[in-house]
Amino acid sequence: MFRFITSRLLQSLLALFLVITATFFMIRFVPGGPFTAEKAVTPEILRNLEAHYGLDRPLWRQYLDYLVSLGRGDLGPSFKYPNRTVNEIIGDKLPVSAELGALALAFALVIGITLGTLAAVYRNTWIDYVASTFGMMGISIPTFVVGPLLVLGLAIHLGWFNASGWYGPADRVLPAIVLGFAYAAPVSRLTRGGMLEILGQDFIRTARAKGASELRIITRHALRGGLLPVVSFLGPAVAGILTGSFVIETIFQIPGIGREFVNSAFNRDYTLVLGTVILYAVLIMALNLVVDIVQAWMNPKVRLEE
Amino acid sequence: MSVPATATLPAPEALEQGSSLGHDAWLRLRKNQLAVFGLVCLAVVAVLCLVGPWLLPYGYEEQKLELGASPPGAMHWLGTDTLGRDLLVRLLYGGRISLGVGLAATFVALTIGVVYGAVAGFFGGKLDAVLMRIVDIMYSLPFPIFVILLMVFFGKNIILLFVAIGAVEWLTMARIVRSQVMAVKRMEFIEAARALGFGKRRIIFRHILPNILGPIIVYTTLTIPAVMLLEAFLSFLGLGVQPPMSSWGVLIKDGAEKMEEFSWLLVFPAALFSLTLFSLNFLGDGLRDALDVRSSKD
Repeated sequence: MFRFITSRLLQSLLALFLVITATFFMIRFVPGGPFTAEKAVTPEILRNLEAHYGLDRPLWRQYLDYLVSLGRGDLGPSFKYPNRTVNEIIGDKLPVSAELGALALAFALVIGITLGTLAAVYRNTWIDYVASTFGMMGISIPTFVVGPLLVLGLAIHLGWFNASGWYGPADRVLPAIVLGFAYAAPVSRLTRGGMLEILGQDFIRTARAKGASELRIITRHALRGGLLPVVSFLGPAVAGILTGSFVIETIFQIPGIGREFVNSAFNRDYTLVLGTVILYAVLIMALNLVVDIVQAWMNPKVRLEE
Repeated sequence: MSVPATATLPAPEALEQGSSLGHDAWLRLRKNQLAVFGLVCLAVVAVLCLVGPWLLPYGYEEQKLELGASPPGAMHWLGTDTLGRDLLVRLLYGGRISLGVGLAATFVALTIGVVYGAVAGFFGGKLDAVLMRIVDIMYSLPFPIFVILLMVFFGKNIILLFVAIGAVEWLTMARIVRSQVMAVKRMEFIEAARALGFGKRRIIFRHILPNILGPIIVYTTLTIPAVMLLEAFLSFLGLGVQPPMSSWGVLIKDGAEKMEEFSWLLVFPAALFSLTLFSLNFLGDGLRDALDVRSSKD
């Protein structure tokens, strides 16, 4: 187990280093810089600005400087927001996105696991078919279609919610549902598949023979094994929720890190782009690592295959 | 009762007796109503997108500013957008781009994934370990983020869009092909091919790949909607296809911006896009049940 974790950890670190290096050099070879949009900048001021941010130094030197300050946890100053550091901006915006993502994931898991379990227990009845249709809808109707349509129906026509903004608790409902919807569907499919396999096994029959109630059999005996496929899906799901929030934050005008990332790329805000990419990479890798470990812990077979 | 070697062709029934995997699969697919529905829908959408724009009397850039946004009516069946452009024509042109990107990027992913996976699976050993470690590492990269960066920085280039999306989607294909190749390469007919002195390339492409076509076809069908989704996602963020060209993602984005007053601008593109993705997913699922017996047992 220890060897398994260290090798995964090393692999993640290598991947992270690749991400940082690739992103760093990619944004530097792109036409346009952070100060090209400002028309009033004379060549002299431009030189001063570049000197201030260290952009006049050789590229390899900038790269090394960046790595050194990154080692101290410092992501550098933003080029577009004067007097603000990337750390501050991320500290401001990340909690908003994290809240949105957590709500969406909770929605996806509750709906998905419930539907999937029902579909497996009542296999080939109308409940199963409703759940499968819902699953297909979740896979086929993208968030940027569901989002505007729900806003059109529930917010604009019925007036139940605000069409955009991020102020009261009611403003959380639509974004979380829309973002979670896309992941509730695969969760329900995976739960159904996993539960079907488990419910056919001998130990379930034993539990039944001992007179355990159906509810107890499902919650205490079947779910632990039946949810294994869902756990391995959590890594990709969280990664998808992170990137999916770009669209949600745009539709609902939520001041989160996703919108900031897309804007920073348009603005050529080098440090902010790098900072957010590193943030996403670290989050995704850490989650994948946790998922791998949990998976190994839940199922000795997975661990032995390594 | 033996048939003389020079006899006329056997009756069609006799041919079907020893039916091929493909024929079996087709029979099974035909029984799956949802998959057939998907296939028919796709065919209709594709033909409409290809032929429709020539039959309609409007160009996709043709503006009627005095008309503005008009609701669906006799002149413009699906209405017009704020510049007075016919929505139906734009929808069909957008479909060409969306379907085109879907097919082209899937082809890129298919080519890279199949060759990579086949090489890793066939040669095995150290080469395989290195190649698959690379895939593992790439899996853990935040790829959609890279695609967004690429499109922001080098945007307005549809070729780049194909390559960028294709480069993201090949990883799973490589894993699938590798595991299939590893299973097939131990079979006796491969040994026979080796004994006959065939080259490695010939064995991979002529003997192994045809035997794992099933999973490849299934996964390809499921990659197309994923790719179209990614393209629309990028277009929705304003990073994909650039005006005056349009794709379904662009139309949905435009429609979402104006939905409060002109809801048809959102509803029609959203419906057509979702219908197409539905059809592709149903078809992919049906193909999986028809071709890939192992994974269809649930």
